[in-house]
Amino acid sequence: MKVLNDLFYTKEHEWVKVEGEEAYIGISDYAQHELGDIVYVELPEIDDEFDAEESFGVVESVKAVSDLYMPVGGTIIEVNEELEDEPELVNEDAYENWIIKVKMTDKSELDELLSGEEYQAYCAEEE
Amino acid sequence: MENVQKTALYNAHKELGGKIIDFAGWALPVQYEGIISEHEAVRNNAGLFDVSHMGEVEIAGKDAFEFIQRLITNDISKLKDNQISYSPICYEDGGIVDDLLVYKYNHERFLLVVNASNTQKDYEWMLKNVNNYDLELKNLSDEYSQLALQGPKAQEILQKLTDTDLSTIKFFYFNPEVRIQDIKCIVSRTGYTGEDGFEIYCANGDIEKLWESILAAGKDDGLKPAGLGARDTLRFEASLPLYGNEIDKDITPLEAGLGYFVKLDKDDFIGKEVLEKQKQEGLKRKLVGFEMQKGIPRHGYTILKEGNPIGKVTTGYLSPTLKKNIGLALIEEKYSAMGQEIEVQIRKKVFPARIVKKGFYKRAK
Repeated sequence: MKVLNDLFYTKEHEWVKVEGEEAYIGISDYAQHELGDIVYVELPEIDDEFDAEESFGVVESVKAVSDLYMPVGGTIIEVNEELEDEPELVNEDAYENWIIKVKMTDKSELDELLSGEEYQAYCAEEE
Repeated sequence: MENVQKTALYNAHKELGGKIIDFAGWALPVQYEGIISEHEAVRNNAGLFDVSHMGEVEIAGKDAFEFIQRLITNDISKLKDNQISYSPICYEDGGIVDDLLVYKYNHERFLLVVNASNTQKDYEWMLKNVNNYDLELKNLSDEYSQLALQGPKAQEILQKLTDTDLSTIKFFYFNPEVRIQDIKCIVSRTGYTGEDGFEIYCANGDIEKLWESILAAGKDDGLKPAGLGARDTLRFEASLPLYGNEIDKDITPLEAGLGYFVKLDKDDFIGKEVLEKQKQEGLKRKLVGFEMQKGIPRHGYTILKEGNPIGKVTTGYLSPTLKKNIGLALIEEKYSAMGQEIEVQIRKKVFPARIVKKGFYKRAK
């Protein structure tokens, strides 16, 4: 299981990569592995606004449907349209293939998230 | 995972990287390397499944035949020795207790293979209906392990391990005395994938050797171990019903499209009266196939017609073989005509769908 140390994580297995006031959001390598073959990613619309912990989309594997939750509140400024035709990219590299890019509402919400090390320990417990 | 039963292959699954889940009280692998690749292995080459969780009930005695004829909706009066019949079994009200395979050794000895989740319930239902029939019922589920070797290369692979000419075992027949690497097995040409293949029964103590021998024999033929995930996508593409989805205690075999296996012209059987009436009066619900351009249908989603609920999805997938979003649904009969436009509620949105023929996948013969 791959965990990148320069990202923030949630207990729902999303990751956040911060670039100034903006952030890329995706799901972790652990999540893609647990889900199995991903066949569909439902993306939000540009300009949609979400609070932290609100569902912004879903990933569907062959067998199951899982909600995606906002690690921090924000406005959608970009979605990864490549995933519409090639959702399996998330299985290939869960960190390279981000899902949404947001403008964060309140950067201090990042303090609530897990560091790479904390996330690694959390996943080890889940096993 | 507490309180789950393990098959004799539990450790073998762990070693192969199987992702173990609780399925009907059994710890079994949902997948090894991935559902899609395992699914494709079965369609193109072969896959090996541990299906030891399936239940086996032996019925032996003078009245075995008469008892089974009354128990099942299908007619086994013309079944030959070593032949197999598929049938639902029903409650008096026509709802389905289970679906099963009847293996006929001879007129006085049969083996019934039932669903894991229903084994105890079925056994009790059979006991309850023994009445004055002269026979003995034995639940042998804990003694048998079972593998399913499925796919176009199944025969070629298994033939490497046995002197029995497997081509002599025809579709829905079995040979009760096949030796595979010196292991005594029952081998039938049956399966739950829509492909050619075999189901192989042996004693629990022999299964690990059998599993490893078959995997080794198929190594260069593209054989892969396959889990419950692929088992479900495969059976779904072939429109084979699953208890709890397409069939259930409040669904009759006629509604589920299994009329072919309900022989209303044979003597009395459990549920006959209700099913006869249902056939005369016409069905109110029917199992249909449907296809959609967008949105993946899932078990339990609501089917609508112009916004009004008319039924539920029983199983749906993005079909790995056909690459289409397809499903099976139990809906009001009046909307079930081929080509009808319906809708599927997926989360907060409603997506259009169209009724198509069931049996989405048929292998080339």
